[in-house]
Amino acid sequence: MAPLDDRAAARRLLDRLSLGPRPGELDAAVARGVSATAELMLSTSTTDHGAQATPPPALGAQPDAPAKGDKAAQTAFAETLRTQAAALTTWWLDRMVAAGGSTEKLTWFWHGHFATSEQKVRDAGLMLAQNNTLRRLGAGSFTVLAHAMVVDPALLLWLDAEQNKVGAANENLGREFMELFTLGVDTYTEDDVKAAARALTGWTVDKQAGTASFKPARHDKGRLTLLGATGPLDAHGFVDVVLGRPASPGHVTGRLWARLVSDTPPTDDQRARLVAAYGPARDLRAVLLALVAEPAFTDSASTIVKQPVEWAVGLMRATGVRPGALPKADLTAVQGALAGLGQVPFLPPSVGGWPAGTAWLTTSAGVARLTLASVVAAHADLSVLEGGTPDHRVEAVRTLLGVDSWSDRTRTALLGVAPTPTQLLQAAAGSPEYVVSA
Amino acid sequence: MNLLTRRRFLTLSGVTAAGALALGATHTDWQTLMTAAARNPLDPQAGVLVVVTLYGGNDGLNTVVPASDPAYQAARPHIAYQPHEVLDLGEGLGLNPGMTGLKGLWDAGSLAVVRGVGYPVPDHSHFRSMSIWQTASPTTSVSTGWLGRYLDAGGGDPLRAVSVEPVLPPMLAGATTAAASLPVGGLKLPTGALGAAFTSLGAAQAGEPPLQARVARSITDLHDTVRVLGRAVHPGGAVGGRAGALAAQLDLVGGLVEAGVPTRVYSVSLGGFDTHADERTTQQALLTELDGALAPFVARMRGTDRGKQVVMVVYSEFGRRVAANASDGTDHGTAGPVLVLGNGVQGGFHGQQPSLTDLDGGDLRVHTDFRDVYGSVLDHVLGADPGVMLNGWTGQVDGLLA
Repeated sequence: MAPLDDRAAARRLLDRLSLGPRPGELDAAVARGVSATAELMLSTSTTDHGAQATPPPALGAQPDAPAKGDKAAQTAFAETLRTQAAALTTWWLDRMVAAGGSTEKLTWFWHGHFATSEQKVRDAGLMLAQNNTLRRLGAGSFTVLAHAMVVDPALLLWLDAEQNKVGAANENLGREFMELFTLGVDTYTEDDVKAAARALTGWTVDKQAGTASFKPARHDKGRLTLLGATGPLDAHGFVDVVLGRPASPGHVTGRLWARLVSDTPPTDDQRARLVAAYGPARDLRAVLLALVAEPAFTDSASTIVKQPVEWAVGLMRATGVRPGALPKADLTAVQGALAGLGQVPFLPPSVGGWPAGTAWLTTSAGVARLTLASVVAAHADLSVLEGGTPDHRVEAVRTLLGVDSWSDRTRTALLGVAPTPTQLLQAAAGSPEYVVSA
Repeated sequence: MNLLTRRRFLTLSGVTAAGALALGATHTDWQTLMTAAARNPLDPQAGVLVVVTLYGGNDGLNTVVPASDPAYQAARPHIAYQPHEVLDLGEGLGLNPGMTGLKGLWDAGSLAVVRGVGYPVPDHSHFRSMSIWQTASPTTSVSTGWLGRYLDAGGGDPLRAVSVEPVLPPMLAGATTAAASLPVGGLKLPTGALGAAFTSLGAAQAGEPPLQARVARSITDLHDTVRVLGRAVHPGGAVGGRAGALAAQLDLVGGLVEAGVPTRVYSVSLGGFDTHADERTTQQALLTELDGALAPFVARMRGTDRGKQVVMVVYSEFGRRVAANASDGTDHGTAGPVLVLGNGVQGGFHGQQPSLTDLDGGDLRVHTDFRDVYGSVLDHVLGADPGVMLNGWTGQVDGLLA
């Protein structure tokens, strides 16, 4: 279509490589330029004050499993798990709002990629450990990330791999690792799935210690053939074989493209450039810089529907509302609205992660967005929306949210609520211009 | 913006019919719909389809159990049900012990079990397989669902299909129309100035990027949904525990049917069937939940003329491997039973039970194509031409529906 102007391009960078601009960030990004800002966002040398202000929660020990038949102990056990999971979710929302940036955005991306649900893992400590792994490795080498994830305790529990032992292997982890995490469909056979399961035998999880360990006696040491490679293979050997397949770089970089650039798949040329940046080192930071450098990244046609969590976090970043500081009832309302929108961190619907695009634009979503925005509006400092003419206020809320421009339709709608700043913010947050990342 | 104003706006802004279609708008039929909804509620004789999706790949062999087959016992010694445990259906098959309510429906002749249902060249991926079931396109990838195409063919009225889930399942997305969605617990719209502003945000804007236009369209659909369904949507009325639980979803559906909303298709779901480990406990709990939701719903629907037109189809993306794995679970498989319930249903078994000894790479062979089931309900429940929705497929399950 057409290249975005400098301001809109900077705004898009902050939408896609971060979780939306905080006050002042957009102006700074415009002044610095898109590529320099991207470099800065992906540099590891800057101190993240937001992250320092939101240290991971002390969840306490994983409770001992209650004895069978002890109803009171079972109730207490479930309550402890629920409290720990709630603390974890609140913390991450708070971290995303306070820190944001590429670190949290990529952690969020990888959470959707290696989608693991607390509902089955039932151990907030292991979910937090996985989250920290994704955060630490999310912009490094995919080789390192994939090797970490194949033996990640939460992922092993999620995909039943801790019960996978020589003799009759469990296929869940091997299949999803190839189909979703590294290769894509139609790049392997059912025999490869069976071989992958055998290669992945032998791993167990100690929930109390929070660790995964390899038990050689449970491992299938026999010869197997996986994707053309033959020999005895362990989990790390499996990852090396899979990542070495020609389909893998395009799959991994394509997943980043789909979430950060456009739901129109990359052309062959675009894919080739991303794969070149990925390179033999499987350098994710280089891929991200290559994504940003693509003309499509700053083309007006590359619109994306914000995922509900991205939308909510962006709204709270823009308005300075910290979920961790909300009264309990309001925090519950925020999380309830996210559930109504169909997306709660740590609870993806399946190992395939969350849907994308128009799947989020349901008729019921509009109500959930207004509900969440009303909580945010009640706690936000909206002084910039007071005073001045109605036209000034409608412009002020546009600036506050970092929207490029209002359509006539939306401007007309917002003028109707301009006298009341909280309602102005609610309506603006629910507008098509803010729900979609232009 | 009210309907008349919106129509005038579209006319004045020069949006042609074709342009409106590109924006996802269906204003040409909108007035007709609203009038019909208010003055001509759903024909009490019109069939209503409720699709129940079981996400994760439900193990068909431990749902409709060949308990007396030695090959079954041998293939899964730790997770097999014994003949005395299952609810006998005859022909060597029995329902999972958790499905006592459905056994009652079977005995009353209103539960049909279509055996060995699947699609050609089975795919063991959850996502590919579910996509095939929902698009009804086994060989080529298409962007519309089989019931989305029903919506497209019906003039683009989103109220003809309603999903009671926060995210729209692909089967209900058409090329030009997506089904309305309605969360359990109802929809409460803002009033006053905010309500007016929110309504205005749904107006079409000429030249707007397509995704923004879709947001606007969803806002207008929301208002129209609430206006039509208002009476049936009970705010905060979630029933029985956790949000989205199947019983609560069906309770909402029941209310909508009884209120006579002009909706012909409903989608509900239950997840968690991916039982690679410790299957018996998990699956039996889920099937008990399924049973506890379906049986009372069927009983309730018998109480009204409109309810008597409801037919339910229960399916999952695949069954599971015949042999158990080492984790007392099963890995992804192929064919499985599809349950069809309702008053027009010819109860009993349909289709051939797959052999447990003549396997295809450890998997059951498919005997009935899933599009035969779709064809039967499109024809007999929705009065639609199956060939149009199913890309020329004309097969049906003989005698499944009267």
